[in-house]
Amino acid sequence: MSIALATHDLVKNFGGLRATDHVSLTIHTGARHALIGPNGAGKTTLINLLTGVLTPSQGNITLEGENITRLSQHARVQRGLVRTFQINQLFADMSPLQSLCLAVSERNQQGRDWWRVAGSDKAHVDEAEEILTRFGLRDVMMQQTRFLPYGKQRLLEIALAIACKPRVLLLDEPAAGVPEEERHEIIDILAALPKDVTVVLIEHDMDLVFSFADRISVMVNGALLTEGGVDEIARDPQVRAVYLGESGHE
Amino acid sequence: MAPSAHQMMLDQARWRWSESLFWLSSLAVLFVFPSKALLFSQIAIMGLFALSLDLILGYGGIVSLGHAAFFGVGAYAAGLMAKHGMGDPLLGLGVAAFVAAVIGWLTSFLLLRGSDLTRLMVTLGIALMLFELANRMAPITGGADGLQGMMVGPVLGLFSFDLFGKTAYLYALTVLFLLFLLARKIVHSTFGLSLRAVKGNALRAGAIGISVSGRLVAIYTLSAAFAGIAGALSAQTTQLVSLDVLDFHRSADVMLVLVIGGVGWLYGGIIGAIMFTLMQDWLAGITPQYWEFWIGLVLVCLVLVGHDRIKTGVQSMVARLGGKGGAA
Amino acid sequence: MLTILFDGIAYGMLLFVLACGLSVTMGLMNFINLSHGVFSMAGGYITAFLINRLGVPFLLCLPLAFLFSAALGMVLERTLYRRLYARSHLDQVLFTIGIVFMAVAAVDYVIGSQQQTVKLPEILKGRIDIFGGSIGLYRVFIIALCGCLAVTIQMLLVKTRFGSQLRAAVDDPRVARGMGINVNTVFAITFAVGSGLAGLGGALGTDILGMDPTFPIKFMIYFLIVVTVGGTSGITGAFFASLILGIADVGGKYYVPQIGAFIIYALMLVVLIIRPQGLFSRSKGK
Repeated sequence: MSIALATHDLVKNFGGLRATDHVSLTIHTGARHALIGPNGAGKTTLINLLTGVLTPSQGNITLEGENITRLSQHARVQRGLVRTFQINQLFADMSPLQSLCLAVSERNQQGRDWWRVAGSDKAHVDEAEEILTRFGLRDVMMQQTRFLPYGKQRLLEIALAIACKPRVLLLDEPAAGVPEEERHEIIDILAALPKDVTVVLIEHDMDLVFSFADRISVMVNGALLTEGGVDEIARDPQVRAVYLGESGHE
Repeated sequence: MAPSAHQMMLDQARWRWSESLFWLSSLAVLFVFPSKALLFSQIAIMGLFALSLDLILGYGGIVSLGHAAFFGVGAYAAGLMAKHGMGDPLLGLGVAAFVAAVIGWLTSFLLLRGSDLTRLMVTLGIALMLFELANRMAPITGGADGLQGMMVGPVLGLFSFDLFGKTAYLYALTVLFLLFLLARKIVHSTFGLSLRAVKGNALRAGAIGISVSGRLVAIYTLSAAFAGIAGALSAQTTQLVSLDVLDFHRSADVMLVLVIGGVGWLYGGIIGAIMFTLMQDWLAGITPQYWEFWIGLVLVCLVLVGHDRIKTGVQSMVARLGGKGGAA
Repeated sequence: MLTILFDGIAYGMLLFVLACGLSVTMGLMNFINLSHGVFSMAGGYITAFLINRLGVPFLLCLPLAFLFSAALGMVLERTLYRRLYARSHLDQVLFTIGIVFMAVAAVDYVIGSQQQTVKLPEILKGRIDIFGGSIGLYRVFIIALCGCLAVTIQMLLVKTRFGSQLRAAVDDPRVARGMGINVNTVFAITFAVGSGLAGLGGALGTDILGMDPTFPIKFMIYFLIVVTVGGTSGITGAFFASLILGIADVGGKYYVPQIGAFIIYALMLVVLIIRPQGLFSRSKGK
């Protein structure tokens, strides 16, 4: 099996604090890989390193064999490494349609087009509309994003990432804050992701992790504790002790 | 049948007839009040200057306290050209735009990192440095006395500047209109949409593949060029350049102009310029020395009341005039 | 040489007292305030008024200038500034520029545009010779006084209950409120003390810096440089930034007068390019 994303001996220090501690992680193409660990284990820091929001103090990152450690954030996105955020990061003053059109145009290298009116390219708008329909956002696509209900915003958060046509998709707690009765919408969306897209999922909801993932890595205090298949992790006494045992659900 | 998504995207950039009305009346005022032509050209220049600030503040999200730097550079560039025998106005505009753009491009890299406060300081610092530079290079710039002996030729070799400012206004208005069209084109393009994204949420903009730095550098450079042209227009139409063009006051004034009219709305700068200049003209007649006080008061009140509310008010007024939807 | 260094230090110390209030309100509370110089101007003018009209002795004027500016700061904070803490930086900039313009024009209108002068007491006039350099006694006085103030302020911030309350309130106002800290009062007192110090600096600086209605605009950039170069981690950074700025400005004007103020602007830009968070702030995590 080929390797989609890998880190080698990744370290990130904040002053005296070591947020990422020699993490070497390998994620295979097409995997549904979950990253779990108690709060403050350094999962979001790791995502920020992978996507280029932060620069590592040491170590390197490869995407499909290419060393991307020094690449800018947008260059990684153009290579197919796309993320969502734990806390919604949306364009509050734009409509979902505008947001999606922009993401599609950027992917097609049309973002610097300063002459034609945005949306001139019908293929781009159609693609944006198709994604919005798939995510159940078509009815609200002309509203200002800031006025959308939270659940819809959460869906838009994922839709925006999908519009970038990810090869590797990093989902940072996609269901965070979504009420129980709307959760299934998110779960359905995740289940329907194309099989060739590699997905890394950070999640606290163990039901979601166990139903979705085929492989799980456990982080504690910035370091990888263990890695294995779903059953393996569920049985691992070490994991139970540091994570499942003490924090149960949240 | 509901309009398609494609149509809805394009509709947002449609030219509205209230816009035509606006530009036609800006031309008509010259014939109604021919004696006020000089004042009108001041308004047009101020409007262009505020429009250039809007490109970075309203569309780029960069708070600048030193936008006069580019206005001043443009004014000196055009002024020096006219002084040294190259008095063709359009050539002057071109050179001013180029020089200002180069300085804008070079300094834009200093704005990419850091907070609002750092950006404020960097823009202010650059403007102050240029002010000092112009002050110290008196043999070239005329220093505190101003640039003497400009000879501005006729526009296109046909229209000489007259004492009443008729040519000046038509010239300034034409340049403003053309640059406005360009700016309008840009803000409605995908590039313009990506700027809104960068301003709204730079973190996410990067995460959907937008080069945040690249966009900011581009818009800052363009804005500098626009401001440079405004400065050049001012130099050519008044045949005067003094240190005043680089003064802190000018940076503060243009911000006020833009805020009065509305930030992030292309007509905002122009409407602000009309209100500001008329107010200045009126107040200067009553209290020539202390009109600064009233400017300050307007600023304070604007913030306390909320300038967004004023902008929304003006926009809805325009919308009512125009039938539907806000303009630009 | 030594004289210039000494003058530079005195100037820097003065800048510190003028700007340290701002480095707390702007640096820590993240409130962009361009109108800080207004409070200095108030201190300078009240001193000139007290000495020249009422014959109050100079040394007594200093605490009075502090109190006057602090009271002014307190009133304005309660009525106006506090509404702006949560507003956008653009609003803060516009509002405080507006205050500056109003203050400048109002002082010009009421008092006039001439320079204010204060008569220093005999004891502070004259010069002494140290290490072969001749130094004005008044400058020695400023260095001693401002040095004491710097130490006192640092102690207040680090050692006292109020200091820790302020730091908590700045870190996270909501949590601080939850802990029973009256955040509004803490901010108001901080603002008032900062304004008072600015007033004291204005009183001390009238003789050295000059005092006329344009003072708030002329010195705005100096204050801002102190805050941005010093960084936002506390007043230690502001202290060193003030000293560097003072020495660089005095030295620059003496040795290379033809480039004038150029040197400090260039210095500031260089610092901001290399370290956008300021020279002395520790790089924050996350």
